[in-house]
Amino acid sequence: MSAVIDHGHAGHDHHHGPAKGLMRWVLTTNHKDIGTMYLWFSFAMFLLGGSFAMVIRAELFQPGLQIVQPEFFNQMTTMHGLVMVFGAVMPAFVGLANWMIPLMVGAPDMALPRMNNFSFWLLPAAFTLLVSTLFMEGGGPNFGWTFYAPLSTTYAPASVTFFIFAIHLMGFSSIMGAINVIATILNLRAPGMTLMKMPLFVWTWLITAFLLIAVMPVLAGVVTMMLMDIHFGTSFFSAAGGGDPVLFQHVFWFFGHPEVYIMILPAFGAVSSIIPTFARKPLFGYTSMVYATASIALLSFLVWAHHMFTVGIPLTGELFFMYATMLIAVPTGVKVFNWASTMWQGSMTFEAPMLFSVAFVILFTIGGFSGLMLAIAPADFQYHDTYFVVAHFHYVLVPGAIFGIFASAYYWLPKWTGHMYDETLAKLHFWMSFIGMNMAFFPMHFVGLAGMPRRIPDYNMMFANFNMISSIGAFAFGATQLLFLFIVIKCIRGGKPAPAKPWDGADGLEWTVPSPAPYHTFSTPPEVK
Amino acid sequence: MAGAKTHDPYYVPAQSKWPIIATVGMFVTVFGVGTWFNDMKAGHESSHGPLIFFCGGLVLAYMLFGWFGAVIKESRGGLYSPQMDRSFRWGMSWFIFSEVMFFAAFFGALFYVRHFAGPWLGGEGDKGVANMLWPGFEFSWPLLNTPDPQKYPAPEGIISPWGLPLLNTILLVSSSVTLTLAHHAMRKNHRTPLKVWLALTIILGLAFLGFQAEEYIHAYNELGLTLGSGIYGATFFMLTGFHGAHVTLGVLMLSIMFIRILKGHFNADQHFGFEAASWYWHFVDVVWIGLFVFVYVL
Ligand code: HEM
Ligand SMILES: [Cu+2]
Repeated sequence: MSAVIDHGHAGHDHHHGPAKGLMRWVLTTNHKDIGTMYLWFSFAMFLLGGSFAMVIRAELFQPGLQIVQPEFFNQMTTMHGLVMVFGAVMPAFVGLANWMIPLMVGAPDMALPRMNNFSFWLLPAAFTLLVSTLFMEGGGPNFGWTFYAPLSTTYAPASVTFFIFAIHLMGFSSIMGAINVIATILNLRAPGMTLMKMPLFVWTWLITAFLLIAVMPVLAGVVTMMLMDIHFGTSFFSAAGGGDPVLFQHVFWFFGHPEVYIMILPAFGAVSSIIPTFARKPLFGYTSMVYATASIALLSFLVWAHHMFTVGIPLTGELFFMYATMLIAVPTGVKVFNWASTMWQGSMTFEAPMLFSVAFVILFTIGGFSGLMLAIAPADFQYHDTYFVVAHFHYVLVPGAIFGIFASAYYWLPKWTGHMYDETLAKLHFWMSFIGMNMAFFPMHFVGLAGMPRRIPDYNMMFANFNMISSIGAFAFGATQLLFLFIVIKCIRGGKPAPAKPWDGADGLEWTVPSPAPYHTFSTPPEVK
Repeated sequence: MAGAKTHDPYYVPAQSKWPIIATVGMFVTVFGVGTWFNDMKAGHESSHGPLIFFCGGLVLAYMLFGWFGAVIKESRGGLYSPQMDRSFRWGMSWFIFSEVMFFAAFFGALFYVRHFAGPWLGGEGDKGVANMLWPGFEFSWPLLNTPDPQKYPAPEGIISPWGLPLLNTILLVSSSVTLTLAHHAMRKNHRTPLKVWLALTIILGLAFLGFQAEEYIHAYNELGLTLGSGIYGATFFMLTGFHGAHVTLGVLMLSIMFIRILKGHFNADQHFGFEAASWYWHFVDVVWIGLFVFVYVL
C-alpha cells in the first residue's frame, strides 16, 4: 500500500488516467468507473429479470398450463420481482448517483472511495448467490418477492437460507452506498454550493440515502428472524409459540413501503433536472419540490399497513393507514403540478430524455391514481392480490423508475461517452417502450378489477383476450430493450462528438467539464456563485 | 467546506485490493454458513459448511487487518485533511444509525407481540377471535405457557432483572463513564490515565460478557428458557444475543485502540479512530438500557 502514499502528495495536479485491463475495474476507487459498473450491472439484471418476466408472460399467453409447471412459475414471479427491485432499479440509481453527484456538487470523488468499490462488488456476489438458488435441490425462492412467512419459513425450499444471506449482502451494499452518498453531499460540496442550490437529483438522493439507512437494517432484521425460525426453533412468525405470521408482514412492509420511494425519489430528481432543460425554463417551485420530497419520505414511514388491509388488522388501523396513505398524494401532487408548470409555456423540444420524462409524468400519475384507489381500505378488499395491483405497481415502476433511468441515461450519455447517441433510434426506443408497456400493463387493470388473481399460472377463460394482448405488449417491450443496448454500445464506440454542454437549456456544474468527463474532475473544487 | 482559499486536496486513494478481498471473504463466509445450516437441518452427518465458513472468516480477518492497516498508515502519513476527518465522522454516525434501526426491528417485534398479537391470541381485544386457534390459551407476559407446548415447550421461569442484569447494567454504565474519562485524558494528552481508564473499560466490558454467558447457561440449564421456548425466549435471546454480539465487537474495537495507544498512536487533536470506537461503545450502552427496561423489567 506504499504506492497509495506516494500518490497522495501529488494529489494537486497529478491527473493519471485509468489503469489498464480488468484490474482497473476490480480495484478501482474512481466514482466514474464504479458508476459505470453499477449501470452495466443493473442493465444485466434488467435483462435477466426481464427474461423471467417473459417466461411469466409466455405462460400467461393462453389459459391453461402450457410451458412451465406451477412450481417453476412461482420461482419465476419471485425471482423476477427480486431481481428487478434489488438488481435492476436500485443499482441503476446508485450508478447514476456515483457518476453524477460528485459532478453536480463539484467534488473530486465520492467521500469514501474504497468503500464505494466494496458496495458495488458485493452486488455481483449477492446475485450470484441469489440466482444460484434456482439450481439447488428443491428449487429457488417461490414465495413471492414479499416472502411472507410461513411460506418463506415453514414451507420454504431449503435454498431459502441462501436467499436470506443474499439479502444480507445486498443490504450491506445498499447501506454502505447510502452512507457514501450522504457523506459526499454533506461534506464534499464545492464552496458556495449551499444546500438550497443543489440540483434536485442531489436532494432526492440525499433523502433516498436517509431512507435506505433507515429501512435496509429493518429488512436485515426480518430475514434474520426468518433464519432463526427456520434453523433455531424460534417462533417469531409461528402462532403456536405465541408469535404471529402477521408480525412478518408488519416488519417487512415497514421496510417495503419506504423501499418503493427509494425506487422512485431519484427518478423524481432526475426528471426535475431534465424537464427544465428541454422546456428551457427554470424548474417551477424548487423549494416546494425539496419540501415535498422530504414530506413524502417522512410520511412513507407511516403507511406500511396499506399493504395489509385484508390480513385482519383492527378497524382503527385500517382507517389510520388509509388516511395516512391518501395524505401522500398531496406532496406527490405538488410535484406533478410543478413539472406541469415548468413545461407550461416553455419552448419545448422533445429529444429522447424529454420524451421519457414527459411519459414519466403522465404514466407515473396514472400509477399514482390507481394507488389512491388501492388506498381505499374497503375497495382494497376487492383489489387485493389481483392483477389490478400488478398493473398499479408496474405503472409506477416501469414508466416511473425505469423511464426515469432511461431519461437519465440519454441525458447524460453525451457526458459519459463524449458522443451524441443516435436520436432516431432513441426515439424509436422510446415509442416502442411506450406502446409496449401500455399494451402490457393497461389491460391488467381490467382483468384485475374483474378478479384475476396475481401469482397464478392459469386463469379463467374470460380473461383470455386481455392476457394475450398483455403478453404481446410485454414481448414487444422486452425486445425493445435490446435496441437500447445497441444504442448505448453505438454511442460508446462513436457518434457525433458531444460538446461540454450538449443541451442548450441545461444548467449545472456537470456541464462545465468537458465531454467525456475526464477521469478526475474537480480535484480543486470550483467556486459556485 | 474547508474554506475557499486554504483547502487541502481531498485524499482520493489509488486503486485498492481490499474491497474485492472483502467481497470474496463475505461471499465465502455466508456460503459456508448457509451450507452448514442447511446440512444441519437436513440431518447430514458431515458438512463442508464449517470449513468453508472458517476459510471465509480467515479472508475477512486478513482483509480487516490489511484495510484498517492501510487507513491507519495513511492517517499517520498525514494524508487526511480535516475534511476527510468529517467524512469519517459522517460515515460512522450513519452507520450507528443503521444499527439503531436494526435493533428497532427486534424491539418493534417485541412490542407488537406484547401489545397486539399476544392479547389477541388470548382472546382479548379487537382481534380476539384468534383465540379459536387454541381455545383456552391465556396470554400473559412473561409468557410461561405457549399455545402449543408440544412444539414450543414453555419456560419454567425467567431471569429476574434484579440479579445479574442489574449488575450488568451497573457494569456497562460504569464502562461508559470510564471511557469518557479516557477520552478526557486523551484530549489532555495524559497518556497514563488514558491507558488505565481504557483498560478498565475493556475489563468492564469483558465482565459484562462473562455474566451474560452465566445468565444464558442458567436460563438454558435451569429455567428451560431457550430460543425454542416460545416467543418470550425468542425475543429475549434475539435482543440480548445481538446486543451481546455488539458488545463483543465493541470490546474488540476498544482493544485495538488500546494496542494502538500502547504503540503511541493518536494525540490530543487527532484520534478519530478512538472516538469512533467510543461512539460505538456508548451506543451499545444505550441499547442495553433499552433492553434492561423493556426486556427484563417491564
Ligand atoms: C419487461 C417488463 C415487465 C414485465 C412484462 C413484467 C411482468 C410481470 C408480471 C406478469 C408479474 C406478475 C406475476 C404474477 O403475479 O403472476 C410481475 C410481477 C412483478 N414485477 Fe414485473 N414486469 C416487468 C418489469 C418490471 C420492473 C421493471 C419491475 C421493478 C422495478 C417489476 C417488478 C415486479 C414485482 C415487484 C412483481 C411482483 C412479484 C411478486 O408477485 O412477488 N417488473 N411482473
Ligand atoms: Cu406501500
